[in-house]
Amino acid sequence: MSKYNLNNSYKAVVIGGSAGSFQGVVKILSQLPKGFTLPIIMCLHRLKHVRHGFVEALSIKSVVQVTEPNDKEPIKKGCVYLAPANYHMSAELGNYFALSTEEMINNSRPAIDITLGTCAYVYKEKLVGILLSGANRDGAFGMKQIHERGGLTIVQEPTECMIDTMPKAALAVTKIDHVLKIEQIVQFLIELDKQYR
Amino acid sequence: MQDIDIADLKRISEFIYQKYNYDFRNYAMSSFKRRVLRIMELKKLSVDALLKKLNESPAFINEFLDELTVNVTEMFRDPNFWRIMREEIIPAILLNHKQFKIWHAGCSSGEEVISMCIMLKEMGILHDVTLIATDLDVNILERAKMASYPVKNMELNEKNYIRFQGTGSFKNYYKEENGMAVFNKDLFINVSFRKHDLVLGDIFNKFDLILCRNVMIYFNQALQNEVLKKFHESLFKYSYLAIGSKESLIWCDYANRFIVVNNEEKIYKKIKD
Repeated sequence: MSKYNLNNSYKAVVIGGSAGSFQGVVKILSQLPKGFTLPIIMCLHRLKHVRHGFVEALSIKSVVQVTEPNDKEPIKKGCVYLAPANYHMSAELGNYFALSTEEMINNSRPAIDITLGTCAYVYKEKLVGILLSGANRDGAFGMKQIHERGGLTIVQEPTECMIDTMPKAALAVTKIDHVLKIEQIVQFLIELDKQYR
Repeated sequence: MQDIDIADLKRISEFIYQKYNYDFRNYAMSSFKRRVLRIMELKKLSVDALLKKLNESPAFINEFLDELTVNVTEMFRDPNFWRIMREEIIPAILLNHKQFKIWHAGCSSGEEVISMCIMLKEMGILHDVTLIATDLDVNILERAKMASYPVKNMELNEKNYIRFQGTGSFKNYYKEENGMAVFNKDLFINVSFRKHDLVLGDIFNKFDLILCRNVMIYFNQALQNEVLKKFHESLFKYSYLAIGSKESLIWCDYANRFIVVNNEEKIYKKIKD
């Protein structure tokens, strides 16, 4: 039996990360089981004016091709998405993305709070939210919204983070279900995926 | 932070439509919700208080529109887009027309219009081009006309201009006055700023190039579809439409009346009436 008390009701995984999260994300994406069922929606802080290179760098070792969705693109099973440079990325009811060029939030565009918060709104208790290493507080409020709507919350073990401000901020504002190292997050996702096989 | 449900958002957009004839009923829900919540927080209003204020104070609607619409932009946003404009699109238009017309649909505070005028000036054709810049929000149009921006924004704008590889010196286009960068009004010699509503407004002219970048992302797909029909009708055959780099029109009814000229920068050409 899994120690995470999982079932197959989850519909999406959302991941937020900032400074120091790149290696962790690469590790997660490279060790995902082939044909991972759920969509993975990622919002990672990035240079605002560099549109190219990031998605390619993430894709090199990833089991699944990572894409930056267009506005109104449907969210599909088995796909990995990355918020594009200089746009906020929201999930909309009806399972598609909406992009926007609104003001920066927490000094960031894309802002993790927007992606996490809108995913919480769309997927409610059927969402797994994961927050990784980072140097600011973006994502803490989004994790709170995920928890309040019944979703599962996971942060990277602060001692493992290159910069622990982000997971600590989330731990301070809301209930976090699991505090895990990257290796354990990978194991968690593998366990989660087994529910759908 | 307070929350607001879809029923209340619908009440607000329906009320504004009935009373003021602005139609936000088909705006994309996630961003519309954030905009309304932002106003409620800024003005310290509940949903009912907001509706009451909109009802009792017609002057408030302009302020409301100004806050609701997203007015965040930069000059030469996506420098590569501007290079394609200068090196491919404008020359292609010039092959057939010595004089032509451009529409900036949803021009916001005017950064894109200034960028276009600077580019046309550097190409030596500013006097041959008629530009019409429209927005729903009259307050933002006034700001666009003034062409005056905080000096602190200029660092990013100039960086974009350098990436665009402009042939002049960016600083020569404005003067600093009291912390503001005031742009040379000669750039606007052929520009007219007008209030126009993309959703409810009529077709008012025909153009060789329409720029509507990062505007339709605030609309739902049904409305994007309707607005694309208007753009189609507002374009001469074989003329161009540019939308934001992460927008797409492939699911619109009229998509097959356009071809993609540049997929990276989302520049389309109308090929069928």
